[in-house]
Amino acid sequence: MTGIYLISAFVIAVLLFIIRKTVLNNILIISFGILQVSFTLYACYYYKSSTLEYFTFDSMGLLLLMTLSIITLPALFHSYLYIERHDETPQSRSIYFSAIVVLITSITATYLANHIAVVWIFAEMTTLSASMLIYHHRNKLALEGTWKYVFICAISITFVFIGILFLSLALQHAGSDDLSFANLMANKDRLNPFWLRLAFLFIFTGFTVKLGLVPMYAAGVDAKDKAPAPAGALLSSVLMNMGFVGIFRIYAVVAQTSLFHWANIIIFIAAVLSIFVAAVYMTKVMNIKRMFAYSSIEHMGIAMLGLAAGGIGCYAAILHIILHAFVKSSLFFQFNQLYRTFQSKSIQYAGNYIKYNPVGAVVLLIGFISAAAMPPTGLFVSEFLIFRSLFEGKYIILLILVLFLLTIVIWAFGKNIMKILFLPVKGFDETKVPKINPWESLTQYLLLFTAIWLGLNPPNIFVHMIQDAVLILPK
Amino acid sequence: MINTLLIIFIIVLFYVSIANRIITYVRVLALQGFILFTVTFLQLKDIQTWNLILIMLETIVFKAVAVPFFLSYLIKRNKISRETEPYLPHFISLIIITLIVVVTVLLANSIKDTHLDKIFFIVSLSTLFTGLYFIATRKKIITHVMGYLMMENGVFVLSLAVGNEMPNLVNLGIMLDVFASVLILGIFLNKIGDVFKAVDIDQLSNLKDY
Repeated sequence: MTGIYLISAFVIAVLLFIIRKTVLNNILIISFGILQVSFTLYACYYYKSSTLEYFTFDSMGLLLLMTLSIITLPALFHSYLYIERHDETPQSRSIYFSAIVVLITSITATYLANHIAVVWIFAEMTTLSASMLIYHHRNKLALEGTWKYVFICAISITFVFIGILFLSLALQHAGSDDLSFANLMANKDRLNPFWLRLAFLFIFTGFTVKLGLVPMYAAGVDAKDKAPAPAGALLSSVLMNMGFVGIFRIYAVVAQTSLFHWANIIIFIAAVLSIFVAAVYMTKVMNIKRMFAYSSIEHMGIAMLGLAAGGIGCYAAILHIILHAFVKSSLFFQFNQLYRTFQSKSIQYAGNYIKYNPVGAVVLLIGFISAAAMPPTGLFVSEFLIFRSLFEGKYIILLILVLFLLTIVIWAFGKNIMKILFLPVKGFDETKVPKINPWESLTQYLLLFTAIWLGLNPPNIFVHMIQDAVLILPK
Repeated sequence: MINTLLIIFIIVLFYVSIANRIITYVRVLALQGFILFTVTFLQLKDIQTWNLILIMLETIVFKAVAVPFFLSYLIKRNKISRETEPYLPHFISLIIITLIVVVTVLLANSIKDTHLDKIFFIVSLSTLFTGLYFIATRKKIITHVMGYLMMENGVFVLSLAVGNEMPNLVNLGIMLDVFASVLILGIFLNKIGDVFKAVDIDQLSNLKDY
């Protein structure tokens, strides 16, 4: 079934690219949505089994795959609306959807892959398809964003590759040449620490471009700014989770060796610097999309803190990235309605949104409350657990520093959102504001309430799966 | 023989650090391609013949001929000036690259590993960091791309070191090469040459937070 899924998804992508008839395109897009959902159901049914040798439906992969599929459907719907409204040529429409299909398929494959080389190959494919999405508008700024993204991703992917080479050297001491994660786990005591250290360093640095951490975070921000908002929603949620999976799987191996504490220190440094960077840029940013992107960087930093702190933090980290994916994608979907109202990305020219589109404004408000992790939202629960794990792990100074930086982030984020929602802009021509259909916000509400529901009242199966996913980490 | 070739590989890095003309970079990339071609032939003895042929074809066709040829075509077509325009003087470049090589040699001496020929490790890491240094200190987009291609050659050297045990990793390296060449060179450098007339990174600073 995995083979059928991959092949038919790529066939759909190629057909979308070739066929430029509107009706056929729509049929293909709907069929891809059905394919994605049915593959997810199949994966749930065959939980914990392996297919095609390189793919395993383990808890971690399955949790993120379900997140991906839940976000895919609104993403396709909003992409459809976006393309309809912008008078796109058939060519740009078919390239856009073809790239989206390839992106979602390769993210799915990366989640489920149990071999580091397969993860690497599909991570490369996400770069390729994401760059097509970023270049969608084909103007100078889009080209600049695409160039930066492609170039930095190419460097990062080279870093991951050299990390894999070091990993293979580490593994040669164990007398084995199978780079699957299960085999790495089995040989954990015989891996050469020197090579493993270099391997972790390079693989971690390489995947930070997808995860959005220091040092490679910058390209992702430009990418989310220039890509159309529905594609930006994917880049800012599920693609970041893909970076998390890449790091998590290699971290799980390193955590079993003598390098455990060293790896934690590396992650702490990167995470705290990311939150710091997010806090600094948040205070100055005037572009709404980039503001959302910096907020994503902050959340990924928090999730990595939880992972490195250990204990309940590992559980909370996975919960955090899942809930963050729902919240951030709904904010990005909302952005298009906001843009149609004000015809500007800048916070300066946006204001009193609640008057023009009250339904959308409430999405923005709930999204902000969630992203700021205030009670009673889902992210509050996960963030609280992460801070608890930092407290229990005796990282008090770190905790104080992070809380201080978070205060700055929330203040800056809140100031901007309140301005957009309630403060009227001088000289704004109200007659040109289009009527926005409130039903378009339905998917965003569903995503936001899923995040709240999963945080406050998680189903037992969900909790068990996360606990199972972190079982491979040391206590 | 392999050692001699790899030492030439390192010496070329010093030469490139003081090179003043872009075309020298292109020639060096071609030379690196030829060296990799020969090293592949000498080093990979235990792998299947068809796989060896594939790898050697890739090094000679892609690294040694097609990419340098395409780069010089781009330089002519976009009328890129011949200077490399570094931010730092050549003398400092030379010192920094010497430091990179010395540090990697020291790092390599600290490992006790019988599985790996240390010279591969030294050449690979110093080429990798030299490439990164070029990306950081040169002004033109095309020199950034050349720095990246140099990095890739460095990674390829390391993949050859483990190539006998894991030939699939060398194939992955080839995939990376093709991916980068097609995506970076083919689509975007062409496009950027059309859209931005003078190809300087100064022009790529319009994406801002406000």
